[in-house]
Amino acid sequence: MAKVKGTVVVDVERCKGCDLCVVSCPCDVLELQPREVNQKGYHYVYMKNEDACIGCANCGYVCPDACLTIYKQKNITTDTAK
Amino acid sequence: MNTSIVDPKNLVYAKPELMNDNQMHYCPGCSHGVVHKLIAEIIDEMGLREKTIAIAPVGCAVFAYDYVDIDWQEAAHGRAPAVATAIKRLCPDKMVFTYQGDGDLAAIGTAETIHAANRGENIAIIFINNGIYGMTGGQMAPTTLSKMKTSTTPNGRDTYENGYPLKITDLLAQLEGVCFATRQSVHTAPAVKKAKRMIAKAFQNSLDGKGTSIVEIVSTCNAGWKMTPAGANDWMVDNMFPVYPIGDLKDI
Amino acid sequence: MKGNEAVAHAAIRLGVDGYFGYPITPQSEILETLMAEAPWKTTGMVVLQAESETASINMVYGGAGCGKAVMTSSSSPGLSLMQEGLSYLAAGSLPCLVINVMRGGPGLGTIQPSQSDYFQTVKGGGHGDYKMVTLAPASVQEMSDFVGLGFELAFKHSTPVMILTDGVIGQMMEKVKLPEFRRRRTEEEIRKQCPWATLGKTPDRKPNIITTLELDAHAMERININLQEKYRKIEESEIRYQEIDCDDMDYLIVAFGSAARISQKAAELAKAEGIKVGIIRPITLWPYPSDIINQYASKVKGILTVEFNAGQMVEDVRLAVNGKVPVEHFGRLGGIIPTPFEVVSALKQKLIK
Repeated sequence: MAKVKGTVVVDVERCKGCDLCVVSCPCDVLELQPREVNQKGYHYVYMKNEDACIGCANCGYVCPDACLTIYKQKNITTDTAK
Repeated sequence: MNTSIVDPKNLVYAKPELMNDNQMHYCPGCSHGVVHKLIAEIIDEMGLREKTIAIAPVGCAVFAYDYVDIDWQEAAHGRAPAVATAIKRLCPDKMVFTYQGDGDLAAIGTAETIHAANRGENIAIIFINNGIYGMTGGQMAPTTLSKMKTSTTPNGRDTYENGYPLKITDLLAQLEGVCFATRQSVHTAPAVKKAKRMIAKAFQNSLDGKGTSIVEIVSTCNAGWKMTPAGANDWMVDNMFPVYPIGDLKDI
Repeated sequence: MKGNEAVAHAAIRLGVDGYFGYPITPQSEILETLMAEAPWKTTGMVVLQAESETASINMVYGGAGCGKAVMTSSSSPGLSLMQEGLSYLAAGSLPCLVINVMRGGPGLGTIQPSQSDYFQTVKGGGHGDYKMVTLAPASVQEMSDFVGLGFELAFKHSTPVMILTDGVIGQMMEKVKLPEFRRRRTEEEIRKQCPWATLGKTPDRKPNIITTLELDAHAMERININLQEKYRKIEESEIRYQEIDCDDMDYLIVAFGSAARISQKAAELAKAEGIKVGIIRPITLWPYPSDIINQYASKVKGILTVEFNAGQMVEDVRLAVNGKVPVEHFGRLGGIIPTPFEVVSALKQKLIK
């Protein structure tokens, strides 16, 4: 059966660490960098829990700074013929 | 990151093409950015790059023209609907919209807003209502809630002294020139998708010459409200939505 | 026809794209004539009665930003309301035509003719360092002609142009030869003539943005310097005036608009008494014909300005003359038009003595 897998690419320098993507994620994938900051001094977002991402793009929709790019793949594991 | 997924064929969401690489000046978590993105997406999806003329307000969104690569005019404070009126009348085949905040649209520009709508000008008005003056540092707006603290109502808006939250979209919906009036928000992914459909409809109305459309986006100003972005969203749901309920007010 | 009506007819014939205005005496005939002529059915010209002068001038801003030939008209109190928009139009280097059919002020004042908005017009009534090319017609013919000239200068220098006239010229009836019909420009022609116009971004260019905001002080200074350079160029090339009997004169009257016509009659009366009076009638109030007045200053015994105000243009004449000869002012206020006899007696009283 097919399992959906997603990933989020962060434009680190555009991110202002507002946290809205983090709270919008249904799978608890994202987190703000606890220590690292970008050039503007923001704790930018990163994928804390990569494997949990389903590529729903909720984070992208609510991101005010258009710094997230989301990809989704149906990761086919078995029964490709069907 | 699973790099094998990062492939154009797997792309589901990205910064709209029409939005340029200028970093927006808005505070972290500001609703303006989300609405800017929607505008950029819709204009592209509707194929209106060459047909759109936009009018920016005075207020935080005064620099909207720096972020979305279309033709813009920056109007004097509150005058965007008058500016848009002339543009649409002189260029009837264009899609013309204004982007205005609550101070611009519902205080200093009330006359221009109401009369443009009453004439049924074929323009779309995107109205960002966050109940406060963001750019000038958090003063009371006409839409500020009762008891809400701002820098000019430090003890909270006293309706006896300062009047009541102005539900201008409700007023506009009463006008015969208005074909479409709706109130939306952009605090969750489903809300963003809904707001996008509503803005697209308003843009189509401008093209079709159906009359004036107004899309109010009940928004947050977490910096002005002195909250976290996520906290501001919750506060908006609990406090703004009861006064400014989400939904269509008019659609003909 | 009336001066106000001539403006309306000239605008239609010259292929103007839009008029936006609000009724106010003594200029409502411009809007009324346009509405009666209904040019949207013929030339496609847009005519709209706005909700206020504030809205009118901002409609002009919107239209001008699209490179369209747009205009408005009003009278003194209405112009006070328009000052915000005029400052923005000047700052944005947007071509347009504004007509002020002056009435007596201050405040709501009177509906009778006046010239008391001279300062407001030529010294910059709105905020910031800006100038407006100002044309002062003295006949119905010039009311018609200056619509064409006004737009020509507006587009040539990318700047707002004002026709500053008064209730006398606006309301009086004279014969007039209207301009030939000219079609409105196509969008393609406008895009070529005004590459900065917001008509929708085409793939071959960057977005066009009409804005007057610049938060970087150095960049804002550069914008101001560019504006001032443009104004110097206009001062070099666009000064217009009329000389009447200046070849052989002892006294010079400087007057514009209807005051110049009364002064002309006064000069005839003075001549009958053996007093030789010449007249300079500035046609452009900005840029001001300072040089010619300065040149004549050394040839006369004194200069009188005749204005329907408390003494406004007289300051520019004094600056032009720079103390060479006595410069006096004669005027009536609040909507009173002086008779030529009054002008002659003022001349005697103030200069001949």
